[in-house]
Amino acid sequence: MKVLLRNPRREIELRGPISVTRLLNQLELNRESVLVIRDATLVPGDAMLDDSDEIEIRPVISGGQEFSGGPA
Amino acid sequence: MKCRVCRGPALIDIKRHNANFCAEHFLRYCRQQVERAIHDFSMASPGERLLVAVSGGKDSLAVWDLLVELGYRADGLYVGLGIGDYSDTSGEHVRRFAAERDLNLTEIDLRERYDFDIPTAAAVTKRVPCSACGLSKRHVFDEAARSGDYDAVVTGHNLDDEAAVLYGNVLRWQTDYLGRQRPMLEARNGFPRKIKPLVRLTERETAAYCVIRGIDYLVEECPMAAGNKHIGYKEALNDIERRSPGTKADFYFGFLRRAVDRFVDPPPEHDDTDAATADAGATGERLDLRQLGACEQCGAPASDSICAFCRLTDRVAGTEPVPVELVRSRR
Repeated sequence: MKVLLRNPRREIELRGPISVTRLLNQLELNRESVLVIRDATLVPGDAMLDDSDEIEIRPVISGGQEFSGGPA
Repeated sequence: MKCRVCRGPALIDIKRHNANFCAEHFLRYCRQQVERAIHDFSMASPGERLLVAVSGGKDSLAVWDLLVELGYRADGLYVGLGIGDYSDTSGEHVRRFAAERDLNLTEIDLRERYDFDIPTAAAVTKRVPCSACGLSKRHVFDEAARSGDYDAVVTGHNLDDEAAVLYGNVLRWQTDYLGRQRPMLEARNGFPRKIKPLVRLTERETAAYCVIRGIDYLVEECPMAAGNKHIGYKEALNDIERRSPGTKADFYFGFLRRAVDRFVDPPPEHDDTDAATADAGATGERLDLRQLGACEQCGAPASDSICAFCRLTDRVAGTEPVPVELVRSRR
């Protein structure tokens, strides 16, 4: 399957079938920090991904508060 | 995985609530969390005019969308920061969002209005970019709220933002900051009310909200924020959260329930304290936040004769623009 990763943007190929949770573990990604998206739809942790799938693993952490009060 | 409400197929799990939701009920959950935050912290009343600080990222577009969905009168304000392609793209996301929903959007470009941009300010002052950025945005938002007669400025801070800021302040015992870390800061001394309606949602949830609602936000991170301490704190907290779901919420809301009142909220220049303290750290001066007057140059509330933003502008306006790539390479 094709897996799109962000920040920096890159694409990798992985073999399926594999569950979303196992895929994230394999990539050493914290599920709290990403969403998995297939065909513009969220994919839950127990869903199986196949060789033919094209998925995006989208990071959700954003930042910009070097000081203690916070930006917009 | 089944939706907790309808038992249909779920799209997302929320471990800290031990709950899974389908799209419809996840959106309802988000609206309920925002309604509860607004109610619990007395953020806003129906009919008030709200000014949403929008950046093109997931949080600011989500909070704007949620407020409109909940029936609030919410306009947007976008500040052009001049951070190369990143700013160009973020502006496009904001404009598209507003146009598609027929919402009112005001744009203020730092270079056009004040003759500087964030990379140049960071390079000239030799301060981290996020410091000049935060100071500039706060000044522009406050001024726009005053001149536009808005009742409150809305920011997209979520639970992760607040927990990470609290974590950083506790690690360094920044007690001056702890007393003012609240989801709602009352209007006072010329500063508008500030509210954070997303404090009950994590950023994973605000991102999921955007995906489900079809909100096309800017996914790429600001190139000037990459690797800053705040992101490191979030990653550390997410490691804890993975092992112990609910820790972030307990940490932040426990602080609000049990500890925040033990710290003095520095009066009254609450929106300038970050900048003031950052300046004090950089220059060695100690600003007296209790002596508040009007800035001689712009009229904004200030603890000195010239406010922190005008001091920044005096120093950097008109200087040769510095490309963002050169500033990043110095980090």
